[in-house]
Parts: sequence; structure tokens; C-alpha cells
Amino acid sequence: MRQRSVLVGMPSDAELSNQLLSTVWLPRSRPAWLGLFGLASAGTCLFVLAITVTLYQGIGAWGNNIPVGWAFAITNFVWWIGIGHAGTFISAILLLLEQRWRTSINRFAEAMTIFAVIQAGIFPALHLGRPWFAYWLLPYPATMRVWPQFRSALPWDFAAVGTYFTVSLLFWYVGLLPDLAGVRDRAPDRARRILYGTFALGYRGSARQHRHYRLYYGLLAGIATPLVLSVHSIVSTDFAIGLTPGWHSTIFPPFFVAGAIFSGFAMVITLLVPARRAFHLENVVTAKHLDNLAKMALVTGWIVIYSYVIEDFFAWYGGERADLYQFFVARMRGPNSAAFWTQQVCNILVTQLLWLRSVRRSPMALWIIAIFINVGMWCERFSLIVISLEREFLPSTWHGYAPTWVDWGLFAGSGGFFLLLFLLFLRYVPIVPVSEVKELKHELAREEAL
Amino acid sequence: MWSGLLAEFETPEAMMRALEEVHRRGWREIDSFTPYPVRAAEAIVGAGRSPINWILFPIAFGGAGLAFLFQWFCNAYDYPLNVGGRPLDSVLSFIPITFETGVLFAAVSGLLVFLLLSGLPQLYSPIFRAPGFERATIDRFWVGVDERDPAFNRREVERAFRGVGATSIVWAGGES
Repeated sequence: MRQRSVLVGMPSDAELSNQLLSTVWLPRSRPAWLGLFGLASAGTCLFVLAITVTLYQGIGAWGNNIPVGWAFAITNFVWWIGIGHAGTFISAILLLLEQRWRTSINRFAEAMTIFAVIQAGIFPALHLGRPWFAYWLLPYPATMRVWPQFRSALPWDFAAVGTYFTVSLLFWYVGLLPDLAGVRDRAPDRARRILYGTFALGYRGSARQHRHYRLYYGLLAGIATPLVLSVHSIVSTDFAIGLTPGWHSTIFPPFFVAGAIFSGFAMVITLLVPARRAFHLENVVTAKHLDNLAKMALVTGWIVIYSYVIEDFFAWYGGERADLYQFFVARMRGPNSAAFWTQQVCNILVTQLLWLRSVRRSPMALWIIAIFINVGMWCERFSLIVISLEREFLPSTWHGYAPTWVDWGLFAGSGGFFLLLFLLFLRYVPIVPVSEVKELKHELAREEAL
Repeated sequence: MWSGLLAEFETPEAMMRALEEVHRRGWREIDSFTPYPVRAAEAIVGAGRSPINWILFPIAFGGAGLAFLFQWFCNAYDYPLNVGGRPLDSVLSFIPITFETGVLFAAVSGLLVFLLLSGLPQLYSPIFRAPGFERATIDRFWVGVDERDPAFNRREVERAFRGVGATSIVWAGGES
């Protein structure tokens, strides 16, 4: 019975296919859906507006100013890219570990990854100041005969994020092939059969295709695993190779990776709970899935808490005055310390509610906690970046920071754009990997028979 | 498989029995079509483990090596720039891009190799026109014997399929 709880009941393969593929063609125009879609579109418009203002006026439209040169853009970048990590964790690492509860949520989580990485990529490009020269990061034979500086962290980020996006997209698309073929063969109208059939590339599940398919999919999982760990490690080196108090620490790569997966699991819960309800997925996305997601959030949350403690310990044990001031005065009592305290409450205190079984089994409670974690993780990046820069070594350079409406517009707008992409995904792509769920069901049935 | 005789089964177990039977009777141009991978079938259709990993291995390491050499060429040889007296050929700072490029090469060329090996994209095949075959991606398990098999004999294949309890037997492809 324990194993069975990743799938409720024993629906037939045809029933499962109908339930999970029909989301692609059934009409959906309830007011709630239209409202959400309108909200996402409005957010996207705001995003475009804020980007336009940024391009027109330059980044002077933002609150950034020396010494706080990074602020919102990099906070948003780190936050979005971190969110992506849980998607890869679920789809790749849990696949290698043969975790069955990954099956019905991996498509979902990967879509989240791709859309989050898209948002993440926009911010550093805008932050360049002259985004139309972003191609200077590419090594191309320029007429000036200069090359990018590969000893700097910026080209590392470029390579890491670019590779991460490409590999995530491939992983997602290859996983989709059997289900696209399913829609091709099941959709009621000809237009969809042609459209999805084209994307399915003629896949027909023959044994001669499957043997390559399985191995390539497994290989992608295998290379996505070190990749996902490398991406946030590289992001963390943007900070760790700098000398700024609060950044210059060797714990950053594991600290950032844990934080990324922690925030990503929160975002998976944030998206999964409403979608599960709207599409009546309770039989394939069961209480067991939510329970496991919550446990993962709790575990990674504790790694993050451990990192907080070690950061403070390093500062104290190192005895460097600027570090001591940063960790024990500036963050706690300096300007923008509200972000620090929000981070402490959300990430340390609220997360502890996940110890309770009743909370882990309640979608509503879980959803609210996940929102708190999302907020807390954003505040963590904000206080890490802004408060560190506000209080560098020389008190004569100290300066506060306040965002402008363009900063807020970009942040909220990226959320709107993310939601828009996600809603389009829910509408046009099979949201649960039907083929994998059927395979799982067959495995479960066989085990039960033994 | 382009054209030949197809038989439908309701469970992967029944499909496996049929596949073993046609293999035992000596046909070799055979294939199965299933909604999800049935591993046991892969060995019987005469397709062992996919070589895809051995193809990607040198590509990944080649890509990584290329990235390393390229960074060295740019920053240490062709356009050396002294930044705070740091070494020009700094191996450590070349590692991130070296690794990422290796991964990128493996993943992208992997897709191409996978498509090439499995004969995709192939948007049309006479098999798709076989009545009932659309359930091969939903809930039915099919076995096919290709007519290109030198020992192919439509009547005998049909008899073999009937013997193992096929729920339907259809011909895919041109007239025969």
C-alpha cells in the first residue's frame, strides 16, 4: 500500500491517457482561468514597459548607484535561476535515484525550470547597461581583435546559464516525445494531430527507438546532475571571488546550491497545488507527492540554515572587522535590515512547520508555507547583495539603497511573464508524463501480483 | 519498419510471448510498438544496448578540450591582458567554461545522434495508416514483422500471430 500511494486507484491505460492528454484539447474558459491569464498578460505588459524604460533611459532608471551596483537585477537573476534548480533536481537526480514519486511531477518541474531560466537570463543582460552589446560575451573574431575575458565570472555565468537552458530544454523535449505522439494519436481534431504529430517527429515507440531513447534520456539525466550543481556554484563564484565582506567565503557554492533547490521546491509546491486542483490530478499527484516535496524542502532548508550558521561562524572566527560588522551589525540593524529579518522568519521559522505531518498533508497549508519560502529566499539574496555592498570596507563609501518603480516593475513583470509561460504550458502541453505514469502503473501492478 | 504484418495485443506480457514466438520461428526483421519502453523486447528484436554513450563520450571530452584550448588561445596567447598581475594561463578560471562546454556538446550532439540512430524525424510511415495502430501510443502493444525479411511469408506470420492470441492482425504498407 505504501508504494501504491504514488498512484491512486488502478485506472486503465486508456483512462489515464484520456485524463492526462485531454487537457491539451478540452476547452477551458472559466472566469478563474481567464482572470489568471489576464493577470499574467498584464504582468507581461508591465515587464515590457519596464524593459523599454530601462533601454530608453539606461540603468539610471533603477535605484542602483555606487556602491550598490548589483541590487535588484542580480537579486532577481539569482532568485529565478535558483528556482529552476528544483526542476532539474526532480527530473534528473531523482531519476538516477529511481524515486517513483518523481514520475508524475517531473514534466511540471522541468517546465518551471525552463521558464525560470528565461526570466533569469533577462536580468544580467539588462544589467549590462547596454544589452545590445550582449553578444560581446561570445567569442567571435571581432575586427578589433579582442577576445572576451574568460578569467572573469561574467563569461562563466553566460556559459553556465546558456548550457543550463539548452540542456533543460532538450531534456524536457525528449521526455515529451512519447506524449506528443500520444496527443497525435488521440486528439479529436486534425489540426492538433498535425501540429503535435510534427513535434512528435514520427515517434512511434518501437523497440528499436526505445533502446536509444532510454539511454539518451538517462544520459541527459546523468549530465544534467553535475550541470545543475555547477550552475549555481558558478553563480555563487560571482560573489565568492569578490572581496566584499559577506561574499568572500568558501561555503558559497554548496550554500547557493542548497538555497536554490530549497527555493525551487517551494516554487514547485506553489505551482503544483493550484494546478493539481484545477486539473483534478489528485489520483496521479497524490498526498504522497506533496509530502515528499515538503520533506525535501525541509531537508534543503536545514542545509541553508546550517550555511547561515557557518557564515556567521566564519565571520566571527576570521575576526576581520569588516566581516564582523557586516554579519553582526549591518545585516541585523543597518538600512534594509527588514529584508534580513524577513529572510530569518520565512526560511528558519516558517519552514519548521513542515515537521508536522498534518501540515505536509494539507495542500493549502503547504501552499502558504511555500509562498513564505519564496519570499524568504528572495530576501536572502537581496540582503546578501544589497547589505553587503552598502557596507564595504571604507565607511566613507557607505551608502544606502532604495529601488525605483522600474525595479519593482521588472521584478513583478518577470513574475507575470513567468506565469504567462506557465499557463500556456498547462494549456498546450501534456502536463503529466502519461507514458511514464503508465509504465509506473504496470510496475506497481506486477509487484502487487507477486 | 516500413511495411509488413502487424498484430495487436492487450498487455506487454502477451506482446512479449508473440515477439518470442516470431523470433523462435526465424523471422529477424521484427519490431514492437509500445506505449512505454518494454526492455525485454529490445534484446529480442536484435537491437542490443544502444551505442549512444560511446558516441557521445569522445564528443563531450572533445568539446571540453576545445573550450579549454580556446580560452587559453584567447586570454593567454592571442590577446593577453594583465589583470592585477594574475597569471594569463590561469587553469582554474578556465575550468567552469570547459565543463559547461563539454556538457553542451554532449547534450546537443546527443539529440542529433539519437534522432539519427532511431530514424527520426519520419513524419509519415505506412504503419500509421494501419487500422487501430493509433492505440500503440495509448494502451495497445503491437508486434510487427517486416516484409523485407527474407523468410517473410504473410500467411505463416499471420498463423503465428493467431497462435499467440493476437486481438487483431493488420497489414501495413502497399498491396501484397
